[in-house]
Amino acid sequence: MKRLKYLAVIITSLLLVFTLTACGSQSLSSQNIYENDKKSKTVTWGVKADTKLLGLVDVKDGQEKGFEIDLAKAITKKMYGKDAKAKFVTVTSQSRIPLLKNGNIDAIIATMTITPERQKTIDFSNSYFDAGQSILVKDGSPIKKVQDLNNRTIIGVVGSNSVQNVKKFAPKAQVLQLPDYAQALTALKSGQGDALTTDNVILAGMAVNNPGYKLQGKAFTTEPYGIGINKGQTDFKSAVNKALSEVENDGTYNKLIIKWFGNVPGFNYKEVLRNDSSTNK
Amino acid sequence: MQNWIDAYSWINIRFLLQGLWITILISVISVVLSFIIGSVLGIIRYAKIPYLSKIVGFIIDVIRNLPLLLIIFFVYFGLPAFGFKPDTIPAAILAMTVFESMMIAEIIRSGILAVDVGQMEASRAMGMKMSQAMWHIVLPQAYKKMIPALVSQFISLIKDTSLATIIVVPELMQHGQVVYGQDPNYIIPVFVAMAIMYFVVCYALSLLSKFIDRRMA
Amino acid sequence: MIHLLTSNWNEFISGFGWTLLSSVLALFFSLIVGSLFAILEVVPNKFLRIIGNIYVEVFRNIPLLVITMFFYLVIPLYVVKINGFTAGTIGLTIYTSAFIAETVRAGINSVDIGQMEAARGQGMTFWQAMRYIVLPQAFKYVIPPLGNQFVNLVKNSSVLAFVAGFDLMYQGNAIASQTFDTVNTYIIVGVFYLIITLPISYYMQHLERKLA
Repeated sequence: MKRLKYLAVIITSLLLVFTLTACGSQSLSSQNIYENDKKSKTVTWGVKADTKLLGLVDVKDGQEKGFEIDLAKAITKKMYGKDAKAKFVTVTSQSRIPLLKNGNIDAIIATMTITPERQKTIDFSNSYFDAGQSILVKDGSPIKKVQDLNNRTIIGVVGSNSVQNVKKFAPKAQVLQLPDYAQALTALKSGQGDALTTDNVILAGMAVNNPGYKLQGKAFTTEPYGIGINKGQTDFKSAVNKALSEVENDGTYNKLIIKWFGNVPGFNYKEVLRNDSSTNK
Repeated sequence: MQNWIDAYSWINIRFLLQGLWITILISVISVVLSFIIGSVLGIIRYAKIPYLSKIVGFIIDVIRNLPLLLIIFFVYFGLPAFGFKPDTIPAAILAMTVFESMMIAEIIRSGILAVDVGQMEASRAMGMKMSQAMWHIVLPQAYKKMIPALVSQFISLIKDTSLATIIVVPELMQHGQVVYGQDPNYIIPVFVAMAIMYFVVCYALSLLSKFIDRRMA
Repeated sequence: MIHLLTSNWNEFISGFGWTLLSSVLALFFSLIVGSLFAILEVVPNKFLRIIGNIYVEVFRNIPLLVITMFFYLVIPLYVVKINGFTAGTIGLTIYTSAFIAETVRAGINSVDIGQMEAARGQGMTFWQAMRYIVLPQAFKYVIPPLGNQFVNLVKNSSVLAFVAGFDLMYQGNAIASQTFDTVNTYIIVGVFYLIITLPISYYMQHLERKLA
């Protein structure tokens, strides 16, 4: 019995030490992510795994592919040189902000709109893409515009601002929030809702390989996508912004737009092209 | 029919099998860790050490009575506040281990209780220390009695790893979603394939447990 | 945290209600379905026995999430439109019934086989003997673990979050991603779950000690 008592004392003190060291660990705000990444020559990006054209895991090799992935790689190279590496962590709309705040990732490039609510919690780079919220419906659906969704069911994704936006346009719509876009689209196909709402560019990606479904009506909001960065990381933020405008000015940006969106029905890529050097945002 | 043939292309099946591999990896590592931690916690709770046993007992009860999904969220979103930032797979292993340790601690404790108290007393009377009696007399019998419960807990663990898909752990369920995300016509074939994969692994384990049980009886 | 709780009080409470409702419904139906399949597993007819066996083994060895997603995504596509709450509750029912079937079958097997034979000898049919002699005794084994089964159901009902089932976890996810106060939201969600599960769990421990 005596020995067990010793054991008890040891375990309790171990727990205590663990908690204390945990609390004492360097807090995120005091770290300089720009300098850390410079040393490791790696930027860890939070990206989507389920969004065709933007960020999608390829079944063939398990790699993430899409416009945001390529853009993240280009920005990383502009920031830290040709041999710098972009590391990718797949996130969902629900997990991206907690992961950024916790420091699992250095930046979010995952179809995230710059909104005032989010700006209270995190910082954004300049916008890197201009999307707009729209709806995806089945061919022949009676829904012509977002206002038609009153008293109907609309599907969205947890953590996206689309679910809050749609309530402004169709206050009587019932909104179902699913964990990710793959499930949201499948739920739409299963008839769980009358329309799926999110940004037009994501919906266009869905429409590509789902014949029988189409983007309906004009985009009813503007959704400038920004790279999410932790508050207080001013060095990192200005480096990202500088790299982004370089990518836009040297024509890389437009090349990527044409590569990913050049041939997407229902989506006019010319609207999102950024003129070389004329749009210095 | 064409859907099924397309859905079961080697590329898709290989992707699902990669997911299954991660599922098994997470399950095996978690079960080994939680067996060790669970045994220690179970014995501490059984031993009625002042304060410590009560505290451990309370922690076990709280965690056991929460949904595993919540534990996964706490580990993945909550722990980093303490300076520990696990990737998805370690986070899944950690969450599974925390949850399963508590479940196994309860199995161990009731297993020990099921071994006759008289045996413990007899061993103590023969001059054995409590730890000796525990190690040589009580535990071997308790573990033997617990095999079916432990195996079914292991099976639950394998099935529960599917919940980790919510934090995008690349396990079977998540890989399934990626595959049918490409083409919704794949949904049913993919569900059937996933169900078969889970079933084969779990059912094989339950047969193994029945076999061991029969051999030991 | 208090502000978080009060400003989202309606969502938390409605989630709590749906979680509780889903668990109670699933417990009730899985008791019925589980008993039916347990009886199938012991009837003299070999074909029925195999069906009973397959049901139990299949649904015990497939994740609840797979079953639930199947009902949410696949059934509406081909059979009948059901919403997330219904799909989730059906998934929970099927999953739990396979476990209950195992308990009931163990209960039936524990009743002395002589009793069945005696009842048959008295001219009762198999079903009559089952209904009046065997099952009432078997249920003595089934009732006590039901408390633990209910605790498991409440915990497992969190899969409703995957299919927009309006439960506690679903509301928690929605609140967490609107307020960005992730950890505190989940702490509140955890407390709500414990309000149901902890008392039942302690009561079951108390019962077990009393019976032991």
